[in-house]
Amino acid sequence: MHPHHIALITDLERDLNFAIKKISARLILSSIAMLSATAGISLIATPAHAAETPTKLYGIVTGSTEQPLEGVGISIAGPDGFNAEVITDALGAWEVLIPTKGTYSATINEGDLPEGQALTDPTKATVKANVFMPGVELRLLFPIGPGVKKATLLERSVQLTVDGLILGLIIALAALGLNLIFGTTGLTNFAHGEILTFAGLLTYYLSAIVKLPVIAAAPIAVVLSAFISGFLQDRYLWKPLRKRGTGLIAMLVVSIGFAIFLRYFFLFLFGGDTRQLPQYAGQAGLELGLVNITPKSILTTAIGIGFIVFATLWLLRTRMGKASRAVADNPALASASGIDVQKVIQAVWILGAALAGYAGVIVTLNQGVSFLMGQDMLLLIFAAVTLGGLGTANGALVGSLIIGLFVQLSTLFIPTELKYVGALVVLILILIVRPQGILGRKERIG
Amino acid sequence: MDFLFIIQQTLSATLGVNAIIFALAAIGLNMHFGYTGLLNFGQAGFLAIGAYSVAVPVISFNISLWVAFLIGIFNSIIFALLLGLPTLRLRADYLAIVTIAAAEIVRQIARSATFRDFLGGSDGITGKFASEFFDLNPFKQGLTTPILRFSGNDLWVVITGWILVALITFVMWVMVNSPWGRVMRAIREDEDAVRSLGKNVYLYKMQSLIIGGVIGSIAGFVYALSRQSVQPDNYGTALTFFAYTVLILGGAARVFAPIIGAMIFWFLIVFIEQVLREGVTSDVIPDWLIGVNQVGQIRFMLMGLGLMLLMIFRPQGIFGDKKELALDAKA
Repeated sequence: MHPHHIALITDLERDLNFAIKKISARLILSSIAMLSATAGISLIATPAHAAETPTKLYGIVTGSTEQPLEGVGISIAGPDGFNAEVITDALGAWEVLIPTKGTYSATINEGDLPEGQALTDPTKATVKANVFMPGVELRLLFPIGPGVKKATLLERSVQLTVDGLILGLIIALAALGLNLIFGTTGLTNFAHGEILTFAGLLTYYLSAIVKLPVIAAAPIAVVLSAFISGFLQDRYLWKPLRKRGTGLIAMLVVSIGFAIFLRYFFLFLFGGDTRQLPQYAGQAGLELGLVNITPKSILTTAIGIGFIVFATLWLLRTRMGKASRAVADNPALASASGIDVQKVIQAVWILGAALAGYAGVIVTLNQGVSFLMGQDMLLLIFAAVTLGGLGTANGALVGSLIIGLFVQLSTLFIPTELKYVGALVVLILILIVRPQGILGRKERIG
Repeated sequence: MDFLFIIQQTLSATLGVNAIIFALAAIGLNMHFGYTGLLNFGQAGFLAIGAYSVAVPVISFNISLWVAFLIGIFNSIIFALLLGLPTLRLRADYLAIVTIAAAEIVRQIARSATFRDFLGGSDGITGKFASEFFDLNPFKQGLTTPILRFSGNDLWVVITGWILVALITFVMWVMVNSPWGRVMRAIREDEDAVRSLGKNVYLYKMQSLIIGGVIGSIAGFVYALSRQSVQPDNYGTALTFFAYTVLILGGAARVFAPIIGAMIFWFLIVFIEQVLREGVTSDVIPDWLIGVNQVGQIRFMLMGLGLMLLMIFRPQGIFGDKKELALDAKA
């Protein structure tokens, strides 16, 4: 099967900033763990032009604001007992000529770093370099940031809380639609993640191929998502199935088949790469007090909150919204009291697909789009919905925020790569205590 | 087009290692879903537990392979208990989401760098952990005929594997036709009715989960042995979904359904893939339509589409009985 890469929006986005700015000053506190992934790749091999070029390791040690750091000791160890010590010059530069190919390791003397500067990842004090042929120059990077080691738990917690709220919002946008559809039709839709992927692909297509500005491509993608993933999908797939009297578990299995079909159809059309939008991909973050946040995140989050407020008002205030709650409660009774159930379901699909589509646009803006994007989000969406209580609109919001916050804040204590595991474990633990979910109705458990 | 080659590949896959793995995984699901009505979407987790349980003890602790099998069965029982305690009281769709989450937890822990020393990280484990099994192989020269072709090791896995499938199917047949099996089916149809007869439904469901899970972990044994390697990403949610496809194709709640389902499933997949591949390489299918690398993607698309159509038009599968299994008893 395919390799499954789960990547988190905010971390990955920073990771990208990081790659672009090389080792930069404003390495955000919370990305420490991600660095362990990048530092390994931070060896940039420059093939030599001619054999007379000496084989060397070199680098420039810069601090948190890209200022060169002078007088930092670096020791190199290599095969056959090779050993060398260098000290960085006024430009922060150092280099060591090495005799043969092999694996070398460079260790920075952390004691030489000036006040307020420290490795952002303490495990990267030693960086390995694999010199695979003579005559190459390998550049080694040490990730140095503003005294991260002394960063307070409070500072990291604040940043992670903001990251968690943003992730929670993205999950909530997708979960709201999933939950509305579940509430009105009983369908547990495993193909909901593909709505995100589709909207993301549309945004990419409209901006990178049709050359629209992203600011125009994104709303068009959301509208198309509402029309194609919402209206058309319901009209030509689920509505006929409801009419046939297909059972709920049968529809669940159909949605699994549909998800697999779509996923590989996207792969077929689009290929397996993660693609970045032509604009805003490596946007720099703003420092706001203890928090580092990109302008695009602020804007998309604000619009996302607007969407959620709109959806909530729709549910609470409009005739159609009230009708949808009536249908969720008792479709037969709703129908008997003159509500056009099919029309309500159609409205719910359109709204749900628009919200999920917008979630897909945000993810695409932040971390790029790949055919697996929806699948990667789906379990988190399900976890959020189940946690809040299947079929309850407020439950989806509460569950999403809890999952988002938990995923991010858990990295204070567990390795970043296991943060989704933590969220899923919490899901299972809460269900032991409250099987119906936090806001779910008790009567519905089996 | 080389039709003989296509036929050889297709028939070998129909009787091959993958068909055995999916038959066993689906037999386990048949216990869960077909007979007890439990919507277990975490079968891939049981396979992963089985596979890692044979690889890790042999490679890291030098334990005999035969002991490792026992460890694998023990681990899958523990996993079933862990999974069952919180979920078996939940409604069917909650159960589905929790089991799928549990299987993902297993996979992500298995592929994490944190436990790389033990579990091999995202590269998994490759090594000669199955030598004790292959040393017993009397058919080292393999089998090569115009219509069937297996390497020596594959032939040994295929022969022992199908014997294993036959034994387990027989045990299943005895179990589901016993009074115990009738209680299981009654739970599937109406849990409350069974409860009112004084049966402990929770306990019966737990037994079902354990038995099906152990059979799933045996599928994991075969997966690991046949390849002499364990890759964490092979045990993703797709594995579970295709095991369901196999089960539904054959007909849920039929003892022989998983075997027939697995054979037909792999027959169709490999046949379509080989025909497409031959078509692409011999330029019958133009390049702009399907590239050589895209054949696998088409295969997955067809698998998804097939599952949809099957569920819509023939949810009882090939041999299933609509009366025996209304798929919505638990919804």
